[in-house]
Amino acid sequence: MSEHETKFHDPRKYWLDDSKNVKKVIGFVVVACMVLFAAEAFYHKHPYFAAESLFGFYAIYGFVICVGLVLVTKLMRVILMRDEEYYDKNE
Amino acid sequence: MSSLNPGLILIIGAVLVPLMPHALRRWYLLVLPLIGLAHVYGLENGTSVTMDAFGMTLELLRVDALAKVWGYIFNIAAYLAMLFAWHDKDIMQQVSAPIYAGAAIGAVFAGDLVTLFVYWELTAISSVFLIWATRTERAFKTGMRYLLIQVGSGVILLSGVLVWYHDTGSISFGHIGIESLAGKLILLAFGIKCAFPLLHNWLQDSYPEATITGTVVLSAFTTKLAVYALARGYAGTEILIYIGATMAAFPIFYAVIENDLRKVLAYSLNNQLGFMVVGIGVGTELALNGAAAHAFNHILYKALLFMSIGAVLYRTGTCKASDLGGLYKSMPWTTGFCVVGAASISAFPLFAGFVSKSMILSAVAGDGRWFVWGVLLFASASVFHYVGIKVPYFAFFAKDSGRRVQEAPWNMLAAMAITAFLCIFVGVYPKALYDILPFPVDYAPYTVAHVITQMQMLMFSALAFIILTIYKIYPTPIKSINLDTDWFYRRLAPAVIRVLGRWIGEIDRMLRVETLSVLRDIIASVERQYGARSNMSGTLQVGTMVLIVAGVLLLFLLASFF
Repeated sequence: MSEHETKFHDPRKYWLDDSKNVKKVIGFVVVACMVLFAAEAFYHKHPYFAAESLFGFYAIYGFVICVGLVLVTKLMRVILMRDEEYYDKNE
Repeated sequence: MSSLNPGLILIIGAVLVPLMPHALRRWYLLVLPLIGLAHVYGLENGTSVTMDAFGMTLELLRVDALAKVWGYIFNIAAYLAMLFAWHDKDIMQQVSAPIYAGAAIGAVFAGDLVTLFVYWELTAISSVFLIWATRTERAFKTGMRYLLIQVGSGVILLSGVLVWYHDTGSISFGHIGIESLAGKLILLAFGIKCAFPLLHNWLQDSYPEATITGTVVLSAFTTKLAVYALARGYAGTEILIYIGATMAAFPIFYAVIENDLRKVLAYSLNNQLGFMVVGIGVGTELALNGAAAHAFNHILYKALLFMSIGAVLYRTGTCKASDLGGLYKSMPWTTGFCVVGAASISAFPLFAGFVSKSMILSAVAGDGRWFVWGVLLFASASVFHYVGIKVPYFAFFAKDSGRRVQEAPWNMLAAMAITAFLCIFVGVYPKALYDILPFPVDYAPYTVAHVITQMQMLMFSALAFIILTIYKIYPTPIKSINLDTDWFYRRLAPAVIRVLGRWIGEIDRMLRVETLSVLRDIIASVERQYGARSNMSGTLQVGTMVLIVAGVLLLFLLASFF
């Protein structure tokens, strides 16, 4: 197709090419997490369920869920992953 | 004009497309959905147009608030898709896309089940061309699978409608419920189109094989039409809560390990439908409003995500995570729009997803269903993980693939810009959306608790992603596919048929051999008895004959003495 012309040579440096800037992004997320966790002490909750009253429930839940999810998917890959031509062979 | 089903504007309009030169056609296709949108706006709730045929009353047009939500968003989606496809000269898609969109709109405004069925099948038949338009053997096969399943859904719907008509004497499309046989059949038909768990795989199979623009069109209509139909016929059906929760959860696992980014988006589409189905299952006014609002928003941000990845595919020729990375350098605008879509689907405050998903979550929690609520919370946290971060990260950031391409064409950028604007507009000013919902809305999405808890969940989810990536635990993109339920009909069924075929062939061969040998034995024995030089076929001389006759006569003579 003529609409995509890909070039692979590019001498320019971009913002995220500098590892310092990547660290800045990560630092921002870490600080945001800390601030949000601390914010827990400063507002009034209206929990539907008891678990929600746990300090930092949403933060902990979000973190644990995502780590657990990734660990499960690593196992899934072992069982379910096939090469790309899997269905094209002797069909 | 006010008695016209708005779907017909696009359907009839599409018929004229082939008669026009290309320059006119592209403008015409942009104007059609705008006329449709204006028409929907002008329709008054309570309008009904009926026609008697075959002793039944067909309701060709029924207008109420529920139908109008879908009427608006379907026309908006059609407009955005047409703009996105402005550069494309493929007449096959230029005809099939508006027919497909029109059929979906027509179905939404259909007041009876027979009219619904007609539009339902039309969406199937018209949309398959968007897959075939890729014009590869692979797309052709995928299209055939898609068509079989979609038309199958229609056939099941029709049989359900027949039973329903037999039982109730009415074909009016209102609440159906799951109690009767007809109700179960119709639910199955809707469930196939809605990609219920185990019935879902046509979606992940077909959408990533459609054309770049075709996927954007497909993502908007079929499944959301099914959501509408469920909301109309099965509101408050308990089982939908569990079906929806399953749908919201399981596609996530696949999305994490999937390499094809359009397929990742297809899995996330499935997951978002789960939220809507749960809302319908809960069935309270808040929950149904939430489902309708989420369908509306979902169409916007899912289209935006498919557009941005479509633009990447258009420029680079691939949308596989393993081949991409670093595209923010050459496609900064597309990157930005993709991030807006990602923020919307992840339900960041001030973006579209937040104001609708939180309605469903509140409805579920308010109903006291802690387990389902926990599952939906899991789905919310991980949707950011696997779409919100994964899609933009692997396409535009991550390891620089070194690819330097042109930014997307202006029309794609314009379509993405408008969609992104709408995502933010609804997020910032939810009242605009809430005002068109089926029930009066008494809900405030922006409370301190909502915003903080949501941000906590999202940021800690991001933190988990960063940590897992730094420690190289996060699954890296690998050129691969993952087995899903399509394995059963693409691999298991053919294999079973092959083995069965071999057995049948073997048995057939044995039977033939046996029969032949029995026949051969019979022929040989007949040959022995009656063949040449056998006892029965030997010729006798005249003298011998006379001797035998004389002997017989002698026997008679002797017998007559006694």
